[in-house]
Amino acid sequence: MINAVGRDIPEEILKATGKEVFQGNNYKDGVRFTKVGPTITPVMRNDHSKLVKDIHEALVKCNAHDGMTVSFHHHFREGDLIVNMVMEEIHKMGLKDIRICASSLGKAHNPLVPMIEDGTITRIESSGVRGKIGEAISAGKLQGLAIMRSHGGRVRSITTGEAHVDIAFIGAPTSDDYGNLRGIGGKADCGVLSYAIVDGNHADYCVAITDCLVPYPNFPAHISQTKVDYVCVVDEIGIPSKIATGAAKPTTDQRKLLMAKYCTDVVVNTPWFKDGFSYQTGVGGASIASTKYLGEIMRERNIKMGFGVGGLTKEMCKLLDEGMARVMLDVQDFDLDAVHNLKNPNHHRIPAGVYANPLNKGAVVNKLDYVVLASLEVDVHFNCNVVVGSDGVITGAQGGHPDTAQGAKCAIVICPLLQGRIPAICSEVTTVTTPGESIDVVVTDYGVAVNPARPDILEALKAADCVPLKTIEELRDIAYSIVGEPDPVEFEDRVVGIIEARDGTIIDVVRKVKDVE
Amino acid sequence: MINPNKTRLRRTMMFLNAQKPSLIKDPYIYQPDSIMLDLEDAVAEKEKDSARYSLYHALQEINYRGVERVVRINGLDTDLWREDIRCAVAGGCDSIRIPKTEYAKDVKIVEEAVIAAEKEFGRPEGSVLIMAALESARGVMNALEICDCSERLFGIALSGGDYSKDLQTTISGTGVEFMGARQHMIIAARAAKVQCFDTVWTNLDDMDGFRRETEMIHSMGFDGKSIINPRQIPIVHEIYTPKPKDVDFAEKVIREIDEKKALGIGVFTVNGKMIDIAFYDGAKRTIALAKASGVYKGDL
Amino acid sequence: MEIKKPAAAGTLESSDCMVTVEPGENGIELDLESAVIRQYGRQIRKVTLETLERLNVTNAYVHMVDKGALDCTIKARVECACYRASGEKQENLPWGGAIQ
Repeated sequence: MINAVGRDIPEEILKATGKEVFQGNNYKDGVRFTKVGPTITPVMRNDHSKLVKDIHEALVKCNAHDGMTVSFHHHFREGDLIVNMVMEEIHKMGLKDIRICASSLGKAHNPLVPMIEDGTITRIESSGVRGKIGEAISAGKLQGLAIMRSHGGRVRSITTGEAHVDIAFIGAPTSDDYGNLRGIGGKADCGVLSYAIVDGNHADYCVAITDCLVPYPNFPAHISQTKVDYVCVVDEIGIPSKIATGAAKPTTDQRKLLMAKYCTDVVVNTPWFKDGFSYQTGVGGASIASTKYLGEIMRERNIKMGFGVGGLTKEMCKLLDEGMARVMLDVQDFDLDAVHNLKNPNHHRIPAGVYANPLNKGAVVNKLDYVVLASLEVDVHFNCNVVVGSDGVITGAQGGHPDTAQGAKCAIVICPLLQGRIPAICSEVTTVTTPGESIDVVVTDYGVAVNPARPDILEALKAADCVPLKTIEELRDIAYSIVGEPDPVEFEDRVVGIIEARDGTIIDVVRKVKDVE
Repeated sequence: MINPNKTRLRRTMMFLNAQKPSLIKDPYIYQPDSIMLDLEDAVAEKEKDSARYSLYHALQEINYRGVERVVRINGLDTDLWREDIRCAVAGGCDSIRIPKTEYAKDVKIVEEAVIAAEKEFGRPEGSVLIMAALESARGVMNALEICDCSERLFGIALSGGDYSKDLQTTISGTGVEFMGARQHMIIAARAAKVQCFDTVWTNLDDMDGFRRETEMIHSMGFDGKSIINPRQIPIVHEIYTPKPKDVDFAEKVIREIDEKKALGIGVFTVNGKMIDIAFYDGAKRTIALAKASGVYKGDL
Repeated sequence: MEIKKPAAAGTLESSDCMVTVEPGENGIELDLESAVIRQYGRQIRKVTLETLERLNVTNAYVHMVDKGALDCTIKARVECACYRASGEKQENLPWGGAIQ
């Protein structure tokens, strides 16, 4: 069945998942539903100990079984040790048919591949996967379907009960013996535990894993003792240097600086750039550079940011410290400066659901004026692909891309026209992960294209005469004139994964890639 | 026949190693006025051959979108320059840059080879221009004869690295070692009515120094500056962009003189001040530069 | 053009390709490695074979490691490797003829 972005979703996938095809961004707006709660084990006795000696004991006490769903957060990014540690124990216990429900998986989790191959792990639900797991899924090694969901989509899927979590494993930089968890104060600080909040609220069992046990009460708790069944102390939960690195050195790559300049020019010449505006950006070189340029103009014109949100970096926190931003809302910290900046009383932690869940009573992303995003590919319909490489292999994550793009009044995607020989601006993206209706402006090193659905933005930029304006088709044509039109990647029929839209409908599927002879 | 490109705008000329695909594939996105595809110093001795194939196909197949394509050939003291010229002209370059030019005869030798190559590869006569880089005390002293010797020569450029060595000094960043050369060259170039370009600034960590030097050579009358990194382009262009009050003044000068001359009046006033006809050419140049810089949208 | 000895041209930098040619006996044998082989493998082979044909190279083993090079770079590297392998003097080259 053809969905609203023109992708054909096979009937058998609709039947097997019980899902609908994507019907446009606001399909579920106002549609009432009942949230699902967990089955929990109350603790009334005052002599109950939550401490367990190892992961094995935690698994046994949490009634680990074949076919269960275990969940993880990705605040430790590429420094995460929790997922592998837990899955190795599950593997050792001989459990099969496990579903992993993670907020994201990365290269750090390459050791899971053999467990995919031997049927320990048969389903993976994540905002994306990088590294060997992506390759394994694209090669058809996962028995069940991989489901890719945005950060907001994940919260939605857990609160609706679609993704029922049996045991949540929450890596915590600090915990007390009763399960009050904080993202700071330990050896592997990640600052916030935003992605894990929903797991605490909705998992049947919740196991905290820490390498830094602190005296009770570990307050103010980011995840409360009332959600946590067991606390397991291990030697190491993460590799600090790979969790929150030192702030990235400002890029000197001229191409990125050029795009950053165009991006800032777009922001400051559109109507929402006025005192109190809201803004989100990412961690890429161009994003950080554009925040820097933006800060300069904000100071010059004395325009202050009302709030900034998202995965935060030093550049954003600097604006807060200088008083150029009123509030920062934090779901993730990309560098140590952002972690340390949580001391600023106007730097607030927010749960992923508050940030981006499309099916609550209004998420923070809905209040965004600007979001600056990246993309692997953008097509002439402004559809973005941030999950599947142009070679057809899963290699990225939706993260908050679809959430913020839909929420923001002006969603800007920065994307170099060419990635090596691959045209990033193309006729059809390999896989649609964010619908074109959410994307307003595409900034490339060869010029800037505005979605024709946004004549207001186009007019503003034309009047300002600040960036080289092109149509998206012109950008695509320039790309093809330089590198030639790529041959379509060949896939087999078998669907290995589905890309969920924010509301849980299917926006696209990922098929098994054909081997190259 | 005078090639109209001889006097084109050349505020920035960006050096690129002709042998590096990642550099030469799309430098036009940074909007320099000219690029200088280098076969000489940037290319390692053992890659001199491969640089030519790379250059030829780049010139043939990459659409540089109106950016002038200058090719720096190897020196006349090598056995490489003749084939360099054949390759560059066959590829379709706009201009040839002669390194280490010391005498007018150096330009004449290259001019002859260029004419032969234009014939061999079926390009219109005079379509390939020449510029001369002066890299020695002798070259600088002979600036005027070099500027005067060829109709194809559009300008001269100071090449500071070799020149400072020849002068038995080093590059200080203050410009003191280039004082004489710069002054002498710009005067010679203006006398011969050709363009004059300043040397590169190599310390990318000192952008303030780069800005100061660019402001200086702009005031001295140079047409532009050789650059080594795209980061330098916006700074040069900004400095070369006429200020609004200058554009405004130039526009008034042109209108006043055109109007009064049509009426047969020989006394001109702008903003209440008397001006004379000698202001006219300068005002025309200011408007042309303002147009090129995108800050003049008027009808002059 | 006869490939008399092994020779290489190009680098493994991004947007470049490294081409090695060796004497062969059974026509052209082309061995291609590329990160973009799924989308551009066909085009890279075509350009390489056409370039060899223009140079009149009929017997050679050609190994190419492509790092996202454009056609103009592929041609340049193949030509350079062949000239080096032929031992011919690289003067008075046929620009616009066998090289185009």
